[in-house]
Amino acid sequence: MTDDKNDGGDVRLTGISKTYGSFTAVHPLELTVPQGSFFALLGASGCGKTTTLRMIAGLEEPTTGTVFLGDKDVTDLPPYKRPVNTVFQSYALFPHLDVSENVAFGLRRRGIKSVKKQVDDMLELVQLGDFAKRKPHQLSGGQQQRVAVARALINHPQVLLLDEPLGALDLKLRRQMQLELKRIQTEVGITFIHVTHDQEEAMTMADTVAVMNGGRVEQLGAPADLYENPRTTFVANFLGTSNLIEAEVVEKSGEDLVVTAGGAKLKLPGGRCSAPDTSGGKILVGVRPEKISLAHKDDEGSIAAGRNRVPGRIVDSSFIGVSTQYVIDSPAGQGLSVYEQNIERDTRLVPGAEVVLHWNPAHTFGLDAAQAIDAGVEKVEDAA
Amino acid sequence: MSALTEAPPAADLPVRKASVRKRLVPYWLLVPGLLWLVVFFALPMVYQASTSVQTGSLEKGFQVTWHFQTYWDAFKEYYPQFVRSLLYAGTATLLCLLLGYPLAYLIAFKAGRWRNVILVLVIAPFFTSFLIRTLAWKTILADGGPVVHALNSLHVLDVTSWLGFTEGDRVLATPMAVVCGLTYNFLPFMILPLYTSLERIDPRLHEAAGDLYATPATTFRKVTFPLSMPGVVSGTLLTFIPASGDYVNAELLGSTDQKMVGNVIQSQFLRVLDYPTAAALSFILMAIVLVMVTVYIRRAGTEDLV
Amino acid sequence: MRWLRRNVIVIAGLATLAYLILPNVVVMVFSFNKPNGRFNYSWQRFSTDAWKDPCGVADMCGSLSLSLQIATWATLGATVLGTMIAFALVRYRFRARGAINSLIFLPMAMPEVVMAASLLTLFLNLGAQLGFWTILIAHIMFCLSFVVTAVKARVMSMDPRLEEAARDLYAGPVQTFVRVTLPIAAPGIVAGALLAFALSFDDFIITNFNAGSTVTFPMFVWGSAQRGTPVQINVIGTAMFVIAVVVVVAGQLVANRRSNSAKA
Repeated sequence: MTDDKNDGGDVRLTGISKTYGSFTAVHPLELTVPQGSFFALLGASGCGKTTTLRMIAGLEEPTTGTVFLGDKDVTDLPPYKRPVNTVFQSYALFPHLDVSENVAFGLRRRGIKSVKKQVDDMLELVQLGDFAKRKPHQLSGGQQQRVAVARALINHPQVLLLDEPLGALDLKLRRQMQLELKRIQTEVGITFIHVTHDQEEAMTMADTVAVMNGGRVEQLGAPADLYENPRTTFVANFLGTSNLIEAEVVEKSGEDLVVTAGGAKLKLPGGRCSAPDTSGGKILVGVRPEKISLAHKDDEGSIAAGRNRVPGRIVDSSFIGVSTQYVIDSPAGQGLSVYEQNIERDTRLVPGAEVVLHWNPAHTFGLDAAQAIDAGVEKVEDAA
Repeated sequence: MSALTEAPPAADLPVRKASVRKRLVPYWLLVPGLLWLVVFFALPMVYQASTSVQTGSLEKGFQVTWHFQTYWDAFKEYYPQFVRSLLYAGTATLLCLLLGYPLAYLIAFKAGRWRNVILVLVIAPFFTSFLIRTLAWKTILADGGPVVHALNSLHVLDVTSWLGFTEGDRVLATPMAVVCGLTYNFLPFMILPLYTSLERIDPRLHEAAGDLYATPATTFRKVTFPLSMPGVVSGTLLTFIPASGDYVNAELLGSTDQKMVGNVIQSQFLRVLDYPTAAALSFILMAIVLVMVTVYIRRAGTEDLV
Repeated sequence: MRWLRRNVIVIAGLATLAYLILPNVVVMVFSFNKPNGRFNYSWQRFSTDAWKDPCGVADMCGSLSLSLQIATWATLGATVLGTMIAFALVRYRFRARGAINSLIFLPMAMPEVVMAASLLTLFLNLGAQLGFWTILIAHIMFCLSFVVTAVKARVMSMDPRLEEAARDLYAGPVQTFVRVTLPIAAPGIVAGALLAFALSFDDFIITNFNAGSTVTFPMFVWGSAQRGTPVQINVIGTAMFVIAVVVVVAGQLVANRRSNSAKA
């Protein structure tokens, strides 16, 4: 926490909310983004992440609450008076101006006369030195994206806001630009607040990720922490894939919790269960697909003792190079996913084979069973 | 580390209101122009409505007497002109569509690098006063001129005279001359909207239709034409509406037998000075056009023309 | 035969084009005529007299300059008012949108003679002096809707994020409008203004009702159709046609060159 009065670079939102008529886009929200961090707001479309970003930029007036930049209340400042710049979704480059004039726009508006050196330096930083005289429509998507970044960064904002800046690029370019943006952020040391619906992008780039859903922040933390210890089914499903199994609490044994699911007895660390652990209560037991190992039923005896195990049958398998992904039906749950690294492939593991799934109990987490089990699962129709 | 807590419910927090000045911006933008239209377009309609139910004379002045009889009298006396107006305007609109569609299609799909040249040639005549250009038709269709001579030797005029479109060896001062003038005058208003809607059609749709076993004729009927409907609708409206109230072509190219309702309104208003009759005629024309346009737009199914 | 069938659209299109151009050709040719009598309807012999003395007809050039003045002011008025309305319609939400849209659409769906007659009724009732000002008022009125339509189409296709980007980059409301909104909306505004100019300059019906004894160029031509058509009318018509074509072609060439040099 940075409660002490430093030079005041933190972005602080207190009680900020936005409603349109009867629809609440963002519920009252408290959020502090420390200076110099790379912060990601992650969520599906319509979760309120872009609205939050636009309230920081000043493009949207909050219904309630206050936006602080450092110690300064900027809630009533129009966007052109805030030391904050935005990289817009699909870039919003000015079509009637060439690249260098686009980049110089902010400087000129603040009455700075000699902009050439700064513009050249900035274009050099984003590796577009040779394109200064081109019009935006003559550039590729990736180049346009870099112009948009340069146009914002040249103003040395206290905070750079990025609204799905890579959404329009193809996969390969996106990966490349992720590293590029990360490099620029490290180089200039400005706070970046990055809005995205791509969980991989958020995890690759950000120090801190806030997962938003339905206008609220569901969970906030470092990427690895969010991935390993999701506290809601939405986070468990939206960040990567989780196998969630309905289970009943049997007892507490020391640090561990013992539960049953479909006849199988499973253990998990009590500290990793965010649900009430009263015995007889229902919880959801979660485990990531890559933590699970598969053994053919005939080899069951060779599984080390103390591991969680669930019997099942392979329904489907797909080979994707580095790993093979299996879909398994078991008494504990239908359609469980298992990712096996392709090190030594067991040729008996084909659809129809009877298998045993086993994993280290420490890799298990527990969630409140009162939530929808499939919250945050990407559905075909809204995969964008 | 970042901190996160849910704030107390929204009800406890002061709600910010957009400033009054900001909310008034759209009205400041709208008011001057709309006021202009209200005062100089809508208000005159009210005055005209009141004039149409007045009686009196120019010397003694006119009074509102709710004399609706004027409407019936005006319509009874001038219904041939009404019928003629609608007939001529309708024929001219149809001709504009038949003549304009191939040209719009040509510009949109076949012209290549000539596209802009042809567009300029379609628009450029506008810059010569339409009255001058209409007078040129007097020369073109003159008795004994090359056009009449050619039509005569091909025996076209025999057929058109028999149909009542022309009279004897003349084209000038016949219905054909007036319709020809109307068609000519409003043709660009048909071509431009047609071109705009055709140009938006992805040429790959033609290939797709061909790929899916459509002959060129079927492709046109099932793909191109339906997609150009917005252009057809606005083109026909932009042609029919002004043509129905026009009196220039009838005056310059026709004779007293081709007078349209516009001629009557003009002479009642500016020469006879019988304001109630003129106002009533003008209202009847407006009502007819508005009803036809509304029905047409409904049936064509495009309502967003503005 | 197959060639004919394949090119039937091209042939029909070119025939229509010829139909459109023919009167202009006639006007041009007859500007070199030396007619017998007062009417310039049949070819007599070649002469450049009219071209040497284009203002040789009483009152014609005066009416021409009056028409140009009215068209200029009407264009200015209609473009400013129409652009404001177009922006308000696209960018804001407000009550009575349907009524406002109808008020803008109706003048275009109304035969000119109806508007002309009703406007004259208003002016007569108010006892207004017919002349320059009543013509100007009428022209701004009927041009307004066309400008709104042209500008609205352009503004609708504009990305509102461009203006947000400008505001984000330290441009205040005025700067945003001048530096970003206006340049990007310019093609629509120019199109609307050109249309307004052409409509105003060429208007006869509404002007005829509301001009009183003032004579614009179209009214001069109308009058001369009764009294006798001087060859100078054709000279003016031809000159305007040629000027228009030259301006458009030159503009096109400049635009081409600019986009070529930008690519290089």
